[in-house]
Amino acid sequence: MTTETSNSTDTSTDKQPVIKCEGVYKIFGDNTADMMAKSNGNIDVEAFKDAGCIFGVNNASLEVHRGEMLIVMGLSGSGKSTLLRCISRLTDTTDGNIFIDGEDLLAMNARELMSIRRNKMGMVFQSFALLPHKTVIENIAFPLQVKGTSTEDSMKRAMDMVNLVDLTGRENYFPRQLSGGQQQRVGIARSLAVEPDIWFLDEPFSALDPLIRKEMQDEFLRLQEMLNKTILFVTHDFDEALRLADRIAIMKDGVIEQCDTPANIVLHPATEYVAKFTNEVPRERVLTCANVMDEIDGETNLSDLKVPHNAVIETVAEAVLNDPNPVAVVNDNNDTIGVLHRKSIIHLLFGKDEEETLGNQAAGA
Amino acid sequence: MNFLSDHPKLVQFAGLLVVFFILQFAISPSDSNFLWRLPAFLAAVPEMLNSSVEYAMFEWMPIQTYNVEIEDYEESALLMEVTRSMSRSVLFCIEFIREILVGGQKTIVAFTSWDFVSENDWAYWPALPWTVVAGVGVTLGYALNGRWLAVLVGCATTYIAVFGQWEPAMETLSFVLIAAPASVLLGVILAVVAFKSRAFETALMPLLNVAQTMPHFSYLVPVTVFFGVGDHAGAIATVIFATPPMIRLTLLGLKGVSPEVLEAGEMNGCNKVQLMFKVLIPTARHDILVGVNQVIMQCLAMAVIASFIGAKGLGFNLLLALNQLRIGQALELGICIVLIAVVLDKLSLGWANKQIDYFADLSFVERHKYSLIMVAILVIGIVLAGIGSLIFKDGINYFYLIPHNQGLTTEDFWQSGVDWIVDNWYSNLQVFNVGLIVNVLIPMKNAYLSMPVAATFVLVMGIAYIVGGIRSSLVVGGLLLFIASTEWWDRALITAYMATFGVVVSATIGLITGSLCAQNRFATKAILLVCDTFQTFPSFIYLIPVIMLFGVTDTSVLIAVIIYATIPATRYTVEGLSNVPQSLQDAGSMSGVNRMQRWLQIELPLAFPHIMLGVNQTVVFALFMVIIGAMIGTDDLGQLILKSLSDEFGIGNGLMLGLCVAFIGLAVDQILRTWASERKKALGVA
Repeated sequence: MTTETSNSTDTSTDKQPVIKCEGVYKIFGDNTADMMAKSNGNIDVEAFKDAGCIFGVNNASLEVHRGEMLIVMGLSGSGKSTLLRCISRLTDTTDGNIFIDGEDLLAMNARELMSIRRNKMGMVFQSFALLPHKTVIENIAFPLQVKGTSTEDSMKRAMDMVNLVDLTGRENYFPRQLSGGQQQRVGIARSLAVEPDIWFLDEPFSALDPLIRKEMQDEFLRLQEMLNKTILFVTHDFDEALRLADRIAIMKDGVIEQCDTPANIVLHPATEYVAKFTNEVPRERVLTCANVMDEIDGETNLSDLKVPHNAVIETVAEAVLNDPNPVAVVNDNNDTIGVLHRKSIIHLLFGKDEEETLGNQAAGA
Repeated sequence: MNFLSDHPKLVQFAGLLVVFFILQFAISPSDSNFLWRLPAFLAAVPEMLNSSVEYAMFEWMPIQTYNVEIEDYEESALLMEVTRSMSRSVLFCIEFIREILVGGQKTIVAFTSWDFVSENDWAYWPALPWTVVAGVGVTLGYALNGRWLAVLVGCATTYIAVFGQWEPAMETLSFVLIAAPASVLLGVILAVVAFKSRAFETALMPLLNVAQTMPHFSYLVPVTVFFGVGDHAGAIATVIFATPPMIRLTLLGLKGVSPEVLEAGEMNGCNKVQLMFKVLIPTARHDILVGVNQVIMQCLAMAVIASFIGAKGLGFNLLLALNQLRIGQALELGICIVLIAVVLDKLSLGWANKQIDYFADLSFVERHKYSLIMVAILVIGIVLAGIGSLIFKDGINYFYLIPHNQGLTTEDFWQSGVDWIVDNWYSNLQVFNVGLIVNVLIPMKNAYLSMPVAATFVLVMGIAYIVGGIRSSLVVGGLLLFIASTEWWDRALITAYMATFGVVVSATIGLITGSLCAQNRFATKAILLVCDTFQTFPSFIYLIPVIMLFGVTDTSVLIAVIIYATIPATRYTVEGLSNVPQSLQDAGSMSGVNRMQRWLQIELPLAFPHIMLGVNQTVVFALFMVIIGAMIGTDDLGQLILKSLSDEFGIGNGLMLGLCVAFIGLAVDQILRTWASERKKALGVA
């Protein structure tokens, strides 16, 4: 069932993934330990379920590379947060392997774990999880202070973070005096205070109003452009995932149904469950020129207009449609790699796929 | 028929009453009939307790100790030495703080000897002038919470000094300053252990239940046996009494910390210690502060009761004043205790909420300005005291220390007020008093005493069964069985009768007052403030006025009980009514209910479970007050506890009696609490 495709568009040349999960299981239930002892490493899902066990995460494997943002998407109860908690080791993993920069996370003792959390990991929580007795600046400085950084240094660094997330002037407020969006900015600043390599975000914007959520997503993209962290982001919002992700892992009942780039997921949903999400998605917002372009077929009447291969169709559609000639698609080195015809775009925007119903069309348009 | 099948509990209840009355009339009162009264199976237990304590204290594990007086080694029991050294160190701490405040020699003696002190006249630690203590208090108040706290501290200290209660007040303070931090510390430590270890928590909970329902008096007997008599014994008794609520509230707070905050702490790389002290405890701060507040209230409530075993201070004087029926003086002392309680409470709150400014670039003077001001106050105070000694020659130096009972007093005013009431109303009051006793109290008491033990068991266990099933029934039955197996069943019935009367009246008054006040936002605020204020009064205070009016009878005790126990009933009613969800209120308004309909059909049903928790509190309060009422003469369990205090081997009796009272409270608690939580669950307002 699990489809782990690794044809990522990751530009990183670093071969070793920052986060690597192999066959991770998280099983709840009183007799999990007994069942595990009996199973000898071969987990028979049905037998476990008959014994009253519940699978939070069921044989999940994934890799996140340096500077990449992987979004784990699923509805509530799909096990996405549980998977994140396994990878941050906030809960114990029942079976499987997790490697952080090649180091076995599950084999670490408390001291090593603490050290890796103090230096490499940052996490943002859905309910913000700010310490109510500390001010904004104290909250942000908290991870530095538990590390033992001097008050002066940690406060200076925290102040930089306050400026980074645009909370200047509110550093002496208490969390209760801030709005939800502002509180989450504090949460983000706190998670970045130690300059972590790996950034975990557990539904960071789910508790916010739609407008604020949009604003925070923009803010988040701005930060990521600046900081280029390795990110594992959990959300139940498919649109959010499409908007932010380099790759998306869609989970259902603890199983990763598909893990791929947004475009591939929309174009080739691996399962019916995934297709249910993608049906409703306006494709021009997800697909890039590279996804829609045709091979260069000895055409000579190319327009002067050139579009980058990674531009989303929505952003170039008007220009291409207004141009009588086909438009060249170029790669980063400005070499022409394909050609975009008007009919392809018109088909994308208004065309009918055989399986699509009228209702979906309306939603798509 | 439909009605009956729709209300099965009602049918069960009616059946229960029928059985109860059949038993009531069928069982003949005779001492040999065990359905009438159980034989006292546990009669020998107090004696066993006495002898085992005696063995532990005087014979168990003898060790060699060096006696300075006879300059030789002697044998002494281990436990004795342990408690002795504990007593000594606690006493030293209390004396040390006390002598900083009001002067003395004992601290110097502790480091040298009595001979040294009597040879050297200069070896006396001088008292701080009251102006210095007041000034430092005001500065502290200002530093912690601004102008108003400073004013409050200033008024309180001035009142205490001017009314000539400075010395006893400082004695009380020194005792509270040891007992309160010790209780808070102990409470937090035990709560943390309980939070970490489930087994410890399971073991601790029943102990806490008993500890919180045992009357204050019963703690005193064991403490005197182990630690003797004096300030240290008072402090230790206070710690024992004040710690349970602290543990409970801290644990509640720790458990209430949201798992995400805990995870945030873990992800930020906290180690276990940091997680506990930087994340869990500060996040649980609100509940812990309520605990600190409780501890301070308990300490001052115990200030009076601890004076039975030799704690000096305001409580001791209050007790004396009460015994001499000097109502004015008792009132002034009572106010002193209340003021100290309020000031300490607010200071501790201010300290906990203190905020640090990291970016202020401050000079040395700015950073230490409050310390510098305090030093200045010390100097000015001493200079003032010096000037005072020149102005007030031969008399009292009002700038230094106003001796006990030499200050202002309003005693005559109060005395004449009381005299006037006695002159004008005495006959009316007596008519009321006698009427109440003859027509209500005595018949009620007799009715309780005429209940066969079997009927009582059936009734109480039956109610517990209807409310909470077989488990509740067995718990309640077990608690009752313990009481019935002691030789004090009749006394317990008298305690129960007084408590019942008090609870019924208090709950009625509380429900009515609470409901009326909850109709208006300002009245709600006002009544909660009144409840807060009255709750800070040590329970003893309530006895002052009633004795004057009604003399030494059950009526006085009951009125004190009613006043005291009405507080929680009112508070919980107001809270319950004002916590009814706004959406339901709005739904009611849109359906066009009038006030009465709103109260009867929306507010009351939803608030009732919470009100029942208030009644539960009322029961505990009423029991405490009934026991304290023994001070002015009743013939219930409290009287026996009081007697066991003066008995050399009272520990067995004292403990058993205390448990009897606690078990009455716990039985009621079991029934009411189960009912309230079931009901809250059913209503979805848990």
